[in-house]
Amino acid sequence: MKREIGFTLNGEAVRLEVEDQWTLLYLLREVLEMTGTKEGCGYGECGACTVIIDGKAINSCLYPAMEAEGRAITTIEGLVSKDGELHPLQTAFINEGAVQCGFCTPGMIMSAKALLDANDKPTEEEIKDAVAGNLCRCTGYVKIIDAIKSAAGGR
Amino acid sequence: MNRYDYHQPGTIEEAVGLMAILDDAKYIAGGTDVMVLIRQKKLKPKNLISLRNIKDLVYIDTAKGLRFGAATTHSAIDNHDIIRRNYSALTDATSHLGSLQIRNVATIGGNICNAAPSADTACPLLVLDAVVSVVGPKGARDIAVDDFFQGPGKTALAHGELVKGLSIPSFGENTGSAYIKHTRRQAMDLPILGVATRITLSMKNGAEVRCRDMFCTIDSISNILAKLKEEELKIDEARIAMGVVAPRPMRAKKAEAVLTGKVVSPELFEEAGNVAASEAQPRDSIRGEAWYRSEMIKVLVKRALIKSMDRIIRPDEAIYPERLW
Repeated sequence: MKREIGFTLNGEAVRLEVEDQWTLLYLLREVLEMTGTKEGCGYGECGACTVIIDGKAINSCLYPAMEAEGRAITTIEGLVSKDGELHPLQTAFINEGAVQCGFCTPGMIMSAKALLDANDKPTEEEIKDAVAGNLCRCTGYVKIIDAIKSAAGGR
Repeated sequence: MNRYDYHQPGTIEEAVGLMAILDDAKYIAGGTDVMVLIRQKKLKPKNLISLRNIKDLVYIDTAKGLRFGAATTHSAIDNHDIIRRNYSALTDATSHLGSLQIRNVATIGGNICNAAPSADTACPLLVLDAVVSVVGPKGARDIAVDDFFQGPGKTALAHGELVKGLSIPSFGENTGSAYIKHTRRQAMDLPILGVATRITLSMKNGAEVRCRDMFCTIDSISNILAKLKEEELKIDEARIAMGVVAPRPMRAKKAEAVLTGKVVSPELFEEAGNVAASEAQPRDSIRGEAWYRSEMIKVLVKRALIKSMDRIIRPDEAIYPERLW
């Protein structure tokens, strides 16, 4: 069964037909072909699929697409400004060398963005808590935390 | 992909009505358990009934005791200052469940309906004497949370019933509670063991305890307790609950009886830990062996009790050092 729903995606109003059993991740990657958001485990354990809904970081792999109705969603694609300038968090991740294979990076940055949007001077503990649900198998946590700190300081 | 129809009722009555007429239906709130089970093909419902858009299921009311809707998220509980101060055990649990992404959508009602022996909010709700309000095709009823859990994945809910909300009484001054989740890593882990306690003290000279500063040192628990013994703090009421030590989260009622009416001392807490361990029936599992769990109950009951007392004696201070208890 298909139903039309409407929501805001990276600041733009979207209306489209959604099937009942789709997850938000499926909708983003396979239907809208926005592949910046990654699928890691698919069970809510790894955080690679993190997007921001109404200001809160969530795992899009466990989020029924139907629930997007009326909500505001931000994905990694929404961070670059219209003239192509990178978001301060993206710049910080590059400058601090916080990216190795890059698979966890979109999720990490979305978790970090949700944190900084709510709290512009987070402590190291708060940063660690915010990204505790984002696994990085290249073991780059120290540089990732440094990057988030530097983005927070640079605001 | 498993196909199902996704229903989004706007009221509780509508949800219960849908459950009565739909074939092979399942309620879904935050979805962090249900969506995983569907993906693992352990659950193949034909219909999902979403509780996410029902406003009557999302509220926090601290006017008289604590009442909150079943679809209240762990994050919402976690960010509530009054709950953090007066019902600390609950916040201890909600702040360490899964990841922030999970806590932002996972609901307390969902956590108890899933009824895992390791459910983090179960032990705090047990020591806080929570009452579960449920509603179903035959009307509404209240269930004490101790009667709600019946086994792994089994609850007192009849077919078609859903949890509407939870209520916790007001405990007044001189009450403190705590939950300790024993894990191998600090985040994204299920407990090897979980212990929650609540304690009400009768204090003689107001709330001033002479050795309160001992709580912000790294002194050993036995030293702190030895000092506290001199204060003659009597325990009016005590609750102890344990998770992952039986098929369901359970109260250690014999250990509670050991504490009630007695004066705080190292020997008393030692005995309470030993009795609690004797009430548990832990088993070997991938996270820990039975003998280890039994030994750790003795340690964690003491730690949780002293953490609860710390919250009575220094209500406005952060627990320090965090890692000790």
